[in-house]
Amino acid sequence: MSLSTFPTTSETEENRTTEPQRPTRLSRLGKSFAMFRNPKSITGLVILGIFALVAILGDVIAPYGPLDKDFYALKQPPSAEHWLGTTHLGEDVFSQIVYGTRGVLVVGLVAGVLATFVAVLVGVAAGYLSGWRSESLSALTNVFLVIPGLPLIIIVASQYDNPSIVLISAVIAITGWAWGARVLRAQTMSLRNRDFVQAAKANGERLWRIIAVEMLPNLTAIIASSFVGTVTAAVLGLTTLAFIGVIPITNLNWGTILFWAQQNGAFPDFWWWYVPAGLCIAILGMALSLVNFGIDEYVNPRLRSAGERARAMRKKGMSLTGGVTEVRTADDAAAPPDAAPEPEEREAALRR
Amino acid sequence: MRFLLRRLAFYAFTAWAAITINFFLPRFMKGDPITAYLQKHQSEFNPEAIDSLRTLFGLESDRSLLQQYIDYWGLLLHGDLGRSFSRGLAPVSDVIASALPWTLGLVGIATILSFFIGTGIGSLIGWRRGSRADYVVPFATFFSTVPYFWMGLIVIAVFSTTLGWFPASHAYDKGSSPEWSWDFIGQVIAHGTLPAVTIVVASLGGWILGMRNMMITVLDEDYVTVAEAKGLAPQRVMTRYAARNAVLPQLSSFALALGFIVGGTLVMELVFSYPGVGKLLLDATNAKDWPLMQGLFLVITLAVLVANILADVAHAILDPRTRMMES
Repeated sequence: MSLSTFPTTSETEENRTTEPQRPTRLSRLGKSFAMFRNPKSITGLVILGIFALVAILGDVIAPYGPLDKDFYALKQPPSAEHWLGTTHLGEDVFSQIVYGTRGVLVVGLVAGVLATFVAVLVGVAAGYLSGWRSESLSALTNVFLVIPGLPLIIIVASQYDNPSIVLISAVIAITGWAWGARVLRAQTMSLRNRDFVQAAKANGERLWRIIAVEMLPNLTAIIASSFVGTVTAAVLGLTTLAFIGVIPITNLNWGTILFWAQQNGAFPDFWWWYVPAGLCIAILGMALSLVNFGIDEYVNPRLRSAGERARAMRKKGMSLTGGVTEVRTADDAAAPPDAAPEPEEREAALRR
Repeated sequence: MRFLLRRLAFYAFTAWAAITINFFLPRFMKGDPITAYLQKHQSEFNPEAIDSLRTLFGLESDRSLLQQYIDYWGLLLHGDLGRSFSRGLAPVSDVIASALPWTLGLVGIATILSFFIGTGIGSLIGWRRGSRADYVVPFATFFSTVPYFWMGLIVIAVFSTTLGWFPASHAYDKGSSPEWSWDFIGQVIAHGTLPAVTIVVASLGGWILGMRNMMITVLDEDYVTVAEAKGLAPQRVMTRYAARNAVLPQLSSFALALGFIVGGTLVMELVFSYPGVGKLLLDATNAKDWPLMQGLFLVITLAVLVANILADVAHAILDPRTRMMES
């Protein structure tokens, strides 16, 4: 805007104005991902990334087709040819796991997105509205919280001869959105009366803008954690359903591998057949909970700082849980803050 | 007692919703397995049983939906859930009644154990925050993300097949029948140990984590500092001041967890061939025994509802605020 009034300096001016702008946009983007910026979340996200890569590049990674049969190698233990051994039909277990990753992740993702969408819609609406509309939405949420999910999924899935992957995801999502909606409702209710929302209301902002611009950014951490939670539940639900045999065996995932392993007496001798698939589910679940731990610590910083503080006090020889508070000597108390300047400060001082 | 009325209204509404969902489930069903079954086995039924089945499954196309709905309620209030196809046409309510005690006993004990152990460990870890006790958390989380059926199968493989310490399946030895004798009770305990222990291990993580996080949050509150400053014994501060308040959210998730636990026992009963409600539901699904499936779903939902009511009462006893705020 100011560029037009000073056409002569446009080039340098432009450089100068765009430079400070870019970091702000970047940092704003960074801020909305701040809940992932801690070691726990990053570890979890890296593991998830590896699984996602395996799912995408499945055809490249897997040495054999998932159902390729090698009748000369039945129930073989791991070898150079078959890294994780073979099944009773000579199928390569490693390839099955690689291909199975796709089924697990797709269902987890679709169910997670669907459930989170419903949870945000119902939860935020129930929190923002008041009166009978809020009450009825909250009653709906509570009904879905009480209805037992797995039995309902089994009954619904058993009505179809060949339930599609989308149908399974949808049913898992229908039974899994309520918890997120409940948490979101509580948080939205506390946001509704904050000053900045009241100010936006007084300014005559439209409802959807208040919700989308003022409220949602403050709910991202809770939305993210409810998303991660539903994905975990969906992964466990899918593998359980596949193991029970409710999901058609044509849909290859880790649960199907365990289904076949159990049907063909793999327990306990053929460990290579059932251990990897179960471990994969556990590692994926662990990665998802790590992400959620990170979000928890971001939402409630005490969770992290309490441990750090306690450790720091113990180093000074004080007990946090002891009944008697020890008196610190003067030099003990004064030393730490002054003696160790921030590294950046020290660097700056050196440069000067 | 507005609080009590509101909760009662909620439970009445939820029960109504569950029963209504149950009413509509078979009406959305594709195809009509019931009519086919009825035609094939017409001679085995008495007309009364056929009538109730037709009502339960919406086969009376000559009557209006509302009339069907009213008839359906009438049957439920009489405790008539139809006849089970796969169990020799025994009344569904009798079939369920024979399986329910096993699930309630085993799962009830395991769940309560898990809640108390997990909450206890969690409050200790929260109290000793920053110490080595924190390392319990990742392990407990790992066990709660491990798929339950997988853990169950491995436990069977190790402790039953290989070591032979515990029986692998069923609720009591083959050949004996339920009776009140020491021998039989011993059998039930031996058969129940593995399932109960796996349920506890699998569900412990959630209780530990929830309690630890609440403890850490509560320990920062002023009243805890005041209690410490007054010179109260640390033990007392931990149990009476911190843990008593930290446990409240645990209670409400305890109620909610019951829903998931009913689902989880389904898998447990499959893995251990335990003759409970979950196994019954799976058998009914495989046999396409619609009346039994429908009845089981209703009973499971109502059981979760009752558990919620109990948790609510406990919450109200422990936290006077829930009673005060609403009135």
